[in-house]
Amino acid sequence: MHVPDGFIDTPVSVAAGAVAAGAVAASLRGARRELDDRTAPLAGLVAAFVFAVQMLNFPVAAGTSGHLLGGALAAILVGPWTGVLCISVVLLMQAVLFADGGLTALGVNITLMGVVGVTVAYAVFRGLVRLLPRARGSVTAASFLAAFVSVPAAAVAFTGIYALGGTADVSLGKVLTAMVGVHTLIGVGEGVITALTVGAVIAVRPDLVYGARGLTQPLRLSAAAAAAPARPGGNGNPGAPGTTGASGTTGTTGITGAAGTPGTGARSSKETNA
Amino acid sequence: MGSGHTHKLYRHGTSPVHGMPPHCKIAAVFGFVLVVVSTPREAFWAFGAYALLLAGVAAAARIPPGFLLKRLLVEVPFVAFALLMPFVAEGPRTEVLGVQLSVSGLWGAWNILAKGTLGVAASVLLASTTELRALLLGLQRLRMPPLLVQIASFMIRYGDVIADEMRRMRIARASRGFEARGIRHWGVLGKTAGALFIRSYERGERVHLAMVSRGYTGTMPDLHTVSATRAQWAHAAALPAAALAVCLIGWTL
Repeated sequence: MHVPDGFIDTPVSVAAGAVAAGAVAASLRGARRELDDRTAPLAGLVAAFVFAVQMLNFPVAAGTSGHLLGGALAAILVGPWTGVLCISVVLLMQAVLFADGGLTALGVNITLMGVVGVTVAYAVFRGLVRLLPRARGSVTAASFLAAFVSVPAAAVAFTGIYALGGTADVSLGKVLTAMVGVHTLIGVGEGVITALTVGAVIAVRPDLVYGARGLTQPLRLSAAAAAAPARPGGNGNPGAPGTTGASGTTGTTGITGAAGTPGTGARSSKETNA
Repeated sequence: MGSGHTHKLYRHGTSPVHGMPPHCKIAAVFGFVLVVVSTPREAFWAFGAYALLLAGVAAAARIPPGFLLKRLLVEVPFVAFALLMPFVAEGPRTEVLGVQLSVSGLWGAWNILAKGTLGVAASVLLASTTELRALLLGLQRLRMPPLLVQIASFMIRYGDVIADEMRRMRIARASRGFEARGIRHWGVLGKTAGALFIRSYERGERVHLAMVSRGYTGTMPDLHTVSATRAQWAHAAALPAAALAVCLIGWTL
């Protein structure tokens, strides 16, 4: 997906470079709002993560395999500003160090994969999270769709840039069909992998998933919550003071019971709270 | 650590190209690539001249041709794409070895192959003659925002650490008899990526705390200021200036 040198003519490359520079400057400011003085180490480590995870191969079938592009994943995990920043830094380093993507095409690459990919992914994700019920499953579903849509969206944006300054004489219709077709397939893989990864992070550290902020249950300071089944079904806790009061008494009975006969004491405390 | 703290992309040496200040080199390579991309594709000889210029730089830097050619392999996916172009492009057709090919498609393929290869070769020369740390200092000297330089330097510094962590996870999976063969095994790989993210993020938090405890306030102290003399700039400008001359001749002819 990295555009090489010579694919897009000089004026359009320079213009895309200006767009990319503006976007990176804006996301530098935005990331500082998201992370303040933790920006440099955290964004740097997330960029290193994106760089490493692009080397993780997902076998498809018959010896072929794909890998994650990571734009949607970064946006969902660390937020859109930091996401754009991380992807841009990864692209910059790939161009300068590994000659992956041309130096003059750097602006084009950042605009497509960083700006368009990440922004579309995050917009779709936020929209879906707002629409779907507040549950862990809807975060996974939203991650899938966000990542799935972001890849063909970048392909459409590429076709737009190609229309402005493409050097090859292939008709726009053909470019659009080929790019969107291929990238829809890639998008399915990207969506599945992103959803699996976001699901794995949310299961362990839901607080680290930027896009799922506000979806976690607020912590309840009560012994009842500790003894009750692991996942209470209620949403919100309007009756929190009441439960605390009640659990205070059951908690003490539980402890006294446990002091006498451990096995039955524990069981009885569970029964009283059920 | 037997090989020292240099990256595998860098090829240690003491040539004049290695010794040049990094920001001069970055500016020179960037200017060169920009000139190459602006060259009209009909000027075949100009691209030969560019290749000769790069070969001259490689010789001055004592980079063996084999090393350079091996690193050029990164370009292979585009070669495949470019070779496809004569078959799908529009316009009048011509017959080459009994196959109908589009004339403008042939031009397009040549254009991308020539310019892409020269761009890759120039970047490879830059990366193999400049240390990573120097490269970042050079970018800073060229007015890249300091925060961006810091992020990039953290990425470079910890990129290998994170990649090694991933390698250890792969070994752990393999030693438990896991082998990823198809889509059914994506769940495990997804969990690997998730765990890798958590470990990276937590490492970032630890790094931040370690920095704060050493007095970090958001800016890095400037330890290695690199500066270039007028002569060094003139040396570095030789490559893009020569390329510009070739390009101008290419346009006028």
